[in-house]
Amino acid sequence: MNSFTFTQAPAVDAAVQESVAHDGAAYIGGGTNLIDLMKENVARPTHLIGLKKLGLDAIETLPDGGLRLGALATNADTAWHPEVEKRYPLLSQAILAGASPQLRNMATDGGNLMQRTRCYYFYDLATPCNKREPGSGCSAIGGYNRIHAILGTSEQCIATHPSDMCVALAALEATVRVSGPHGERTIPFEDFHRLPGTTPHLDNTLMPGELITGLDLPAQGFEKHFSYLKLRDRTSYAFALVSVAAALELDGNTITAARLALGGVAHKPWRDQAAEALLVGQPATVDTFRRAAAKVVEGAQGYGSNDFKIELARRAIVRALKQAAEMNQELDSNAFLNSNP
Amino acid sequence: MSQTIATPPSIHLDTDYIGKPTSRVDGPAKVAGTAKYAAEFNVPNLLYGYVVSSPIAKGKITRIDAAPVLALPGVRQVFSHENVPHLAFLDRSYKDDVAPGGSPFRPLHDAEIKFSQQPVALVVADTFELARYAASILHIEYEEAAHETELARHIDDAYEPGRGKTGYKPPKSRGNFGRGWEQGVAHMEARYSHHAQHHNPMENFATTVEWLGDKKLKIYDKTQGAFNSQQYLTKIFGLSKDQARVISKYTGGGFGSGLRPQYQLFLAVMAALELERSVRVSLTRQQMFSFGHRPETLQHVAMATNPDGSLAGINHFAVAETSQFEDFTENVVGWSGMLYDCKNVKLGYRLAKLDVFTPLDMRAPGAASGSIALEIAMDEMAYAAGLDPLEFRLRNYSDFDQAEKLPYSSKNLRACYHEGAAKFGWERRSPEPGSMRDDNLLVGWGMGGGIWDASKQPAQVLASLDADGHLTVSSGTNEIGTGTYTIMTQIAAESMGLPLEAVTFILGDTTLPESPLQGGSWTAASVGTAVQEACTALGEELLKQAKKMDHPAFKDAKIDDVQFANGQLRLRSDATQAVVLRDLVQASGEPKIEAKNSKLPGLIGMVKPPKYSMHAHNAVFVEVKVDPDLMTVHVTRVVNAVAAGRIINPKTARSQVLGSVVWGISSALMEESVMDHRFGRFMNHSLAEYHVPVNADIHDIDVIFVHEEDAAVNPLGIKGLGEVGLLGVAAAVANAIYHATGKRVRDLPITIDKLL
Ligand SMILES: Cc1cc2nc3c(=O)[nH]c(=O)nc-3n(C[C@H](O)[C@H](O)[C@H](O)COP(=O)(O)OP(=O)(O)OC[C@H]3O[C@@H](n4cnc5c(N)ncnc54)[C@H](O)[C@@H]3O)c2cc1C
Ligand code: SF4
Repeated sequence: MNSFTFTQAPAVDAAVQESVAHDGAAYIGGGTNLIDLMKENVARPTHLIGLKKLGLDAIETLPDGGLRLGALATNADTAWHPEVEKRYPLLSQAILAGASPQLRNMATDGGNLMQRTRCYYFYDLATPCNKREPGSGCSAIGGYNRIHAILGTSEQCIATHPSDMCVALAALEATVRVSGPHGERTIPFEDFHRLPGTTPHLDNTLMPGELITGLDLPAQGFEKHFSYLKLRDRTSYAFALVSVAAALELDGNTITAARLALGGVAHKPWRDQAAEALLVGQPATVDTFRRAAAKVVEGAQGYGSNDFKIELARRAIVRALKQAAEMNQELDSNAFLNSNP
Repeated sequence: MSQTIATPPSIHLDTDYIGKPTSRVDGPAKVAGTAKYAAEFNVPNLLYGYVVSSPIAKGKITRIDAAPVLALPGVRQVFSHENVPHLAFLDRSYKDDVAPGGSPFRPLHDAEIKFSQQPVALVVADTFELARYAASILHIEYEEAAHETELARHIDDAYEPGRGKTGYKPPKSRGNFGRGWEQGVAHMEARYSHHAQHHNPMENFATTVEWLGDKKLKIYDKTQGAFNSQQYLTKIFGLSKDQARVISKYTGGGFGSGLRPQYQLFLAVMAALELERSVRVSLTRQQMFSFGHRPETLQHVAMATNPDGSLAGINHFAVAETSQFEDFTENVVGWSGMLYDCKNVKLGYRLAKLDVFTPLDMRAPGAASGSIALEIAMDEMAYAAGLDPLEFRLRNYSDFDQAEKLPYSSKNLRACYHEGAAKFGWERRSPEPGSMRDDNLLVGWGMGGGIWDASKQPAQVLASLDADGHLTVSSGTNEIGTGTYTIMTQIAAESMGLPLEAVTFILGDTTLPESPLQGGSWTAASVGTAVQEACTALGEELLKQAKKMDHPAFKDAKIDDVQFANGQLRLRSDATQAVVLRDLVQASGEPKIEAKNSKLPGLIGMVKPPKYSMHAHNAVFVEVKVDPDLMTVHVTRVVNAVAAGRIINPKTARSQVLGSVVWGISSALMEESVMDHRFGRFMNHSLAEYHVPVNADIHDIDVIFVHEEDAAVNPLGIKGLGEVGLLGVAAAVANAIYHATGKRVRDLPITIDKLL
């Protein structure tokens, strides 16, 4: 870890100015990811800008019936917020499937979007990694890639975005609100994270100096039929091998609206609108779900130790859709296995 | 029939404390944070050392550019092979008590890189943060050489190790396996493997060296043996014992990782002597993957049975990794010639040299690995022979140690089978894989078990009674969280007839009487026996004092005629004839009366030719529930029945077995150090990616201690149980998964990808 200076920014404008004024500045939310990266010398910021005094930790209802999550609201406060629990239980479930209570108490919603991949090589300076050091090579390809991506990969990087929360946000069509040197703008969630392509060092489309100020959720929360299914190596405190956020609206047994997003499979939360389209208008049956699942993994590619993820994703999608459809209709006997404590 | 030796009346103990569940006497200190660990001693004027680790697995250092680092204000020194002081020359000087054969690793010795993450430099600075930063910018150039880290590619050049390491017994074959195999009517043959594991105790390795002037050091070390650390240091640095006092009062988990002095001890002491300052060196979690580990093994088992289900032959062969510089040996296959009755047994064990650090004993070393293969193989054989796995084991029950050709001093494994099965409800098992369900989930029941040495080492103990009637018992053993403080207090209190509060047990300091390393499940038996002996010796001193005091009742009394109870010395024949212990000390005119046990500590493993084979056993029953689509596995129930002689403290003993079961589940389902052979480097070197179970992974665990009396192991009848509880657990989980799903996975851990 290198030495650095620290300012607690009093306001959004001041924070952005600090960031522009210092080469090597970084915002710090809960620090649960950034500090680890600094200890490993993966991130070496020279100036940290604290965000805790920005007053961005509120969670408020919007006039259009949506909900605004302040960028500095903690993951725990968000997951347990009564409005989130009631209207966006998919989001609650996804957040609570991630990390541990201690981490969620510190982690902020803005920081969650910005957390970096858990690729082993990215974390270890002794190995080449294009994301950490552009042009040095990708060690995961041809190496140990059990936790790596099967969709949207490039020859330069096969890392995944590790967040659970973001998978639900993708499914719910959230909007990211940012402030930067050139003012404010909003970014549709779909466009926030990017695929690695030839520039794997870029995780997202945020411009230098831009600060996430909040996340807007549209009014539609899919609170009746949803499921966040996370498959991982242990029951808690492990990143997803594959996770699925499934959300449905049903008219009788007919699907009238559908959202389907996956975690642990790509460089970004992987929402598949083509698969969603296959669901809408169809009866909520296992056959329908299988067709959607097949669509999602159509172009999937394994890299050796992660080949299993293709089949796992297929099965997980079917199960998550089934759980979502059956919800509030009959008790799910598998709840104990797939619930996320 | 199992053989039981009754406890002779002369050593009969009434059980005021022994055998009673007793909370840890060191519990309050640990909860309140007053129990201090090696890195927590904030001695004045402390310097901090940070270790720089090699990014390559093999090659040599060609350049170290220390100047820019040394120019940073507050950086005191950069130690590397370029400026390390001249130290002891012979390999012998670097051997610790459990060093295997070969040439021990010498930190910063030369430019050669022998394994990835090898310590290559130590940066010493005024603060930890500065040392860490300075270490991160230290420029070192390397010349890489081709490394070999893949065990599977070196089976052919594996060799039979000699008798290098203490406690290692080359496996002995007997009979004629080939004939047994041919005569058999049912057969099984399979290959098994598991990967390296790192101990990862909660407490990272650290040493704080307090410089007291004139090369006199007070060394707070994370270790499982203060004396082992001390002898290592005195030989290497030419220090006297007085100059190298090692203190280790609490150890935040060991599991074997503290059996050998780790390199931070060497580095901290070297820096302290060179700089004539107090120095602390602590390792990071990543660096906890830079030294000894449970070695990967590749195993092969073949078995055949006779028509009556008895074993006609067993063949068990294992190849394990070791380093290029030492032969790390452990007993992987030997157990397969002991646990079951079989005339024709063929055993083989080989090592392959790889460019890794020397492996290291890890909880139930060898047996944990070997029992994975043996106990899955037994399950496969039971299925091939059409027998229930429990019935199959009972038909092959062995009352006699066929490997050593000795009777067991006691063996109540049969009770483990029966009591464990009854508690678990094993008789309700339907044998067909996939035949048991709980709603939509597949249910699987599997079993396994194991055998572990009941050993004892010489240990020295001092018992001292003061004028307030308080008994202090001391020995330089260690407490690695197993409950040593507590059971020694219980044994002493019981021996002297004092309440627990009137007894203090002190350990972890080389100024105390010498004790062996805390390992091999021998501490309870070794130090416990010595505590009892020291108390007996103290009793004799107290009786002498009573005789001096004109007490007519004790005039002709012998030690066997008296007993210690209620804080008194009294006649067995007439309890009203008594004198208060405190009064004896006061009357002596001395501040205290004390005595040592007479046994002198010797070399580990030096024991008389035995009359009995002495072992602890266990049987484990496991239930798993598996989602048939997603193949997620949950271990919902475990019953572990253990036969380990007398249980001094059922509470701490149960904790030992609970921890073993959790580790077994971990080995079965998630735990492995993953090496990328292109880099020769373990890649999941953090607790986020090196997976061990969380609370939510652990459900019901039942521990049963079956009755077992054994006066041959030691007068207290203790066999030790730090390790036996782990055996067979991982195999039982694998067997249960087979029973649930029909899938036989022989490469552990059984992660979801292997079941899809
Ligand atoms: C052991 C472990 C296990 C975990 N398991 C999971 C899991 O299973 N699932 C999961 O989803 N997550 C998991 N996490 C990750 C955790 O959710 C993230 O670390 C956390 O959400 C990051 O939030 P933070 O506020 O602490 O971010 P910080 O560490 O403070 O910052 C992370 C990054 O975001 C930037 N940043 C922070 N705030 C802003 C902002 N407002 N605008 C712009 N940039 C900003 C920082 O500059 C930095 O680059 C785990 C973490 C750990 C350490
Ligand atoms: S997958 Fe991406 S992050 Fe991982 S080594 Fe390759 S380039 Fe680096």
